Amino acid sequence: MEVFLQQLINGITLGSIYGLIAIGYTMVFGIIGMVNFAHGDVFMVSAFIALVAFLILVSFLGVSSIALALFVVLIVAMLFTSLVNWTIERLAYRPLRGSFRLAPLISAIGMSIFLSNFVQVTQGPRNKSIPPMVQGEFVLFTKNDYPVTLSHKQLIIWVVTAILLACFWYLVAKTSLGRAQRACEQDQKMAALVGVDVDRTISITFVIAAALAAVAGTLYLMYYGVVSFADGFVPGVKAFTAAVLGGIGSLPGAVIGGILIGLIETLWSAYFSIDYKDVAAFSVLAITLIFLPQGLFGRPDVEKV
Amino acid sequence: MATGAHHKRVDVARAFHDAGITTLLAFGLFLPLVGFETTTNIRNDLILTTRWPLLFAVVAVAGLGRLAYSFLIEPWLSQRALRPVATTPTWRAYIGKWFTPFAIGFVIVYPAIVIALGGTGRAVKWVDNFGIQVLIYVMLGWGLNIVVGLAGLLDLGYVAFYAVGAYSYALLAKTFGLAFWILLPLAGILASFWGILLGFPVLRLRGDYLAIVTLAFGEIIRIVIINWVDLTNGYAGITSIPRPTFFGIPFNSEENGFAAVFGLEFSPIHRTIFLYYVILGLALVTAFVTIRLRRLPVGRAWEALREDEVACRSLGINTTNTKLTAFAMGAMFAGFAGSFFAARQGFISPESFTFLESATILSIVVLGGMGSQIGVAIAAVVMIGGTEILRDLDFLKDIFGPTFDPTQYRMLLFGLAMVLIMIWRPRGLIATRDPSVFLKERKAIAASLVKEGHG
Repeated sequence: MEVFLQQLINGITLGSIYGLIAIGYTMVFGIIGMVNFAHGDVFMVSAFIALVAFLILVSFLGVSSIALALFVVLIVAMLFTSLVNWTIERLAYRPLRGSFRLAPLISAIGMSIFLSNFVQVTQGPRNKSIPPMVQGEFVLFTKNDYPVTLSHKQLIIWVVTAILLACFWYLVAKTSLGRAQRACEQDQKMAALVGVDVDRTISITFVIAAALAAVAGTLYLMYYGVVSFADGFVPGVKAFTAAVLGGIGSLPGAVIGGILIGLIETLWSAYFSIDYKDVAAFSVLAITLIFLPQGLFGRPDVEKV
Repeated sequence: MATGAHHKRVDVARAFHDAGITTLLAFGLFLPLVGFETTTNIRNDLILTTRWPLLFAVVAVAGLGRLAYSFLIEPWLSQRALRPVATTPTWRAYIGKWFTPFAIGFVIVYPAIVIALGGTGRAVKWVDNFGIQVLIYVMLGWGLNIVVGLAGLLDLGYVAFYAVGAYSYALLAKTFGLAFWILLPLAGILASFWGILLGFPVLRLRGDYLAIVTLAFGEIIRIVIINWVDLTNGYAGITSIPRPTFFGIPFNSEENGFAAVFGLEFSPIHRTIFLYYVILGLALVTAFVTIRLRRLPVGRAWEALREDEVACRSLGINTTNTKLTAFAMGAMFAGFAGSFFAARQGFISPESFTFLESATILSIVVLGGMGSQIGVAIAAVVMIGGTEILRDLDFLKDIFGPTFDPTQYRMLLFGLAMVLIMIWRPRGLIATRDPSVFLKERKAIAASLVKEGHG
């Protein structure tokens, strides 16, 4: 029981990170119907930007307050990653609208390869590890000499994710930008006719997706304290799994899917085999797509001729 | 500058404005990762070093590139768009007609040319590292071309079948001592069996979902290979895999070896040349089978499926079975290539079967032009052969410093090329398709006239 509770806490933490990335997949899929294969690598790039920003703050500027440093790193990572994703959309995806169906996906795969190798070439192939930013933990209770703990890092992840999701939900549900987005999702041509700037809306979608991925990247760096150029691929596929599991196109679905994937992964590692934890997540993807292609909260998609 | 009737003047102010914005954007994009480098110091702590000159150079290249685009490329493109569509000049048709026989002839005499030019010592390297390596990728490209180019199914886990073929050969040859020529078809059958097994549940998915699921399957197979240590020896891989023999005659320096039997002086190049012709034969078989299959009902169904799945279904084509045959066929050729790979290397490990390998094969198919046999072959020669040549270019080290390793940039360029090809020529570099059905005369059609539907 106490082991299970501890794994539950770990799983929700991991799942929050997946959920933040999954929103990027689901939003982009909702609005232009493409699987943004490069999104996992955008997440990895954001973790590197956060790493550089953190090192600048600590070693060049000598900032000693961790809370301030973390906040600044978060903002910097969000800004620069948004710029990266905006440029990617502009250069690699926008010219392909109206091309054949697989063209944007192939372009995104190319972009994904490019990003991970770009980081490998510019920053080197080694793992980059930093000393832990945040230490300490709350012991919730102890049973059978097994303390169930919630570390400060985990609490920060939960709080930041919750605050950002609230802001994000407000943005999509209540503002005119969110309305424009939902209009483009339903019918781009019609949205353009009633005065929605479709190109701009799509660009902003990519920017928001990147900002959330950057939050995930910063939190990932803070939580694990290590990042490498290859770290975009597996979390990317898992976050995509989360988006599919929650029903691609559905925003609450992405978050819930993310938490489910996080839980499946940690519980699988705890009770079955840690070597096969990626197999568990990938199998969930295959099983979901085969038996429940519309996911938990998605609408079944009808192919029109 | 030429002053044609339709020539538009370059808007200088606008060009500089665009270039300025590009420069700023490039500065923002490259500042964190090019401007700073994270390295470890002696105490193994992560420290930051700055690279302002490099950052400045990259940003300047971006800005100047944008200027060049405005002044040179854009006017050229707009002029070209106004020109009437030219018919293919006769010399190009002539080259197109004679290219294939010439290319096949060249690859057949290639080992002889290399030996004549460089002597046996250097020829081993050129036949092995260059010829065989390129031909393996040509074969893989042609195999994947059946799945991606003909049937329009984007398969991101193709390397899994290559792995199945390689491990089938390695394990069966080591455990049961079976010969290469028995195991080659067996590896193909096993791989296509896996193709059917994995394909059956997922082939009714939409194109992009299918791509991700094949990716997941590819990764699952790799993780299983890594972790099933009893069978596959995990990361350490399988060593001393039996090498292929010349139909029973081993390539060694002993009494009954190849050299002794044929009265030649023993040289390692005999095996290399033999392997070269084996993979050449396998690749040509792949191409031949593909070309013949395109004319069969199943091949036509594949191409129809690529163009429009809904129309196919309404015409009574069993889409699942049709996709499954394409998938199994592609997997089979990957299995052949895999068993050849294991036999040639004598050593295999999961490192050889990562997603990057799938991505390389896919980019060869995409760049060559999905569905075009010659295009895929040329793309494989350029991309695989190109990187092998890059490895040898020592003068690059003089320019960029002694630590410069051009092969590092291989995947970077592949990725970039995939994006650029999708924007510039989504049908690939060789964008003509040979029709398999025609009324009066056979004419190659530009692939841009071919519509691509849901895949």
